[in-house]
Amino acid sequence: MTFGSYVRDVRERRLDDDRSYSLRQVAGRVGLEPAYLSKIERDVTAPPSEATIGRLAEDLGEDRDLLLAMAGKVSNDLQQIIIRRAPIFADLLRQLKELPDHAVLRIVREVRDGDW
Amino acid sequence: MIELEHHTLRFSFPEIHRDAHCGISFMRTLRIPDDDRTYPLPPGLSRFPLRHVDDCAAKLPGSWGRHGGVFLPMYQSEAMWLSFSGEYPMAVRIAAGKVSALTGAPWQDQLSEGPDQDYLVIPEQPWLDGFFAGKGLIRQFVAMPLGEGYTAEEQITGEGEHGGLQIAVYPMKAAEFDRLGLDRDLRADNVMYCASPASGPEMGLAPGGTMQQEIYEDPYGIGAWEQDAKSRCFVHILNSVQYFLVTHEKPPTQPPTAKEYTDAGLPWFEYYDAEHKALDSPTKLSKLKSIAEMKARERGSELPHNEPVSPRNVVTLSKHSPVVREGDF
Repeated sequence: MTFGSYVRDVRERRLDDDRSYSLRQVAGRVGLEPAYLSKIERDVTAPPSEATIGRLAEDLGEDRDLLLAMAGKVSNDLQQIIIRRAPIFADLLRQLKELPDHAVLRIVREVRDGDW
Repeated sequence: MIELEHHTLRFSFPEIHRDAHCGISFMRTLRIPDDDRTYPLPPGLSRFPLRHVDDCAAKLPGSWGRHGGVFLPMYQSEAMWLSFSGEYPMAVRIAAGKVSALTGAPWQDQLSEGPDQDYLVIPEQPWLDGFFAGKGLIRQFVAMPLGEGYTAEEQITGEGEHGGLQIAVYPMKAAEFDRLGLDRDLRADNVMYCASPASGPEMGLAPGGTMQQEIYEDPYGIGAWEQDAKSRCFVHILNSVQYFLVTHEKPPTQPPTAKEYTDAGLPWFEYYDAEHKALDSPTKLSKLKSIAEMKARERGSELPHNEPVSPRNVVTLSKHSPVVREGDF
């Protein structure tokens, strides 16, 4: 699924329950011209800036990092983290690819249990 | 798995159930008078800071590095209580110096049931203030240096080998959780302290004054717990005098005396839960001598700032009232 079609699907699902999710009103809330948002949703134009994607994610109740990833972008804070140690993080992400969720969660720093 | 988050130990078992998590915090409090009276629950003043042992291992006793876990600072004769949070049922075993705080028995890996129940159950049990001392009574957890004979560990085993607190958490089996329909709305979470530079850095917990607090029987039965999935943590207690030298952070200030707190009209607390049955089996812990008793009988000295108080402002908490047990001093 493309970024534009995903945004349109989400917005239209919201619109089924809430009339404020019309193209015009969503565009107004996130600071875009309705015609420009329409082009984004039809993939006629490239995805907008990181800041605009952030506002769209917030308005639609979607995960910001997910929308950024679908737009082929990585948020600035994540970029900084990766750039500092690019080979390690690239390797880490490749290794994590197939792990189940609970195993990924174990990567956080745990309190070590030793020998009592 | 156990994480350290805002000075709270976060236990989670994502491999058992997505909701299987709970928190344990260590609360600063005033030391209740250690006399013949029974007192209501003292307030929580703030959380003790918790640090990974591994972050300061070079400046801590060697055995602490082997034990792993975390450490917190306490002044000599300072008191604490444990606060439990989380809605997913967990069995929690608490030991001080590897001696069960509920039975006085040595540390073991498996839970014991019936009259020898050596664990408490959360969320039914919101907190634990001390050693079980008979039905509806506990003796307050009070920090004392290891090696002077006051700690429960030394009184029971004759040796001050371990000190600190040991905690093991066992989640309820997911099938039992589902069978009981317990999927509640889990998404909506919810003195004069005698600092003694001459004493060693390692502290243990000794029995202090007597307090009204019930320890509840396990309402689910021992078969409800996933005993193969436990997480455990060694919580070391470092004398606050040494805490700055080890961490370069100031320890919390000394709490007020019970008299200062009571004279200021600040609240004490009592807690009722008529839905659960309290443990009432006598244990060897009820025979322990309190710190004041040992000082008076064996050493001819007195515990400073131990005058009795008469709390008049006692706030009643219940399972259905907002459980906020804090005092602002």
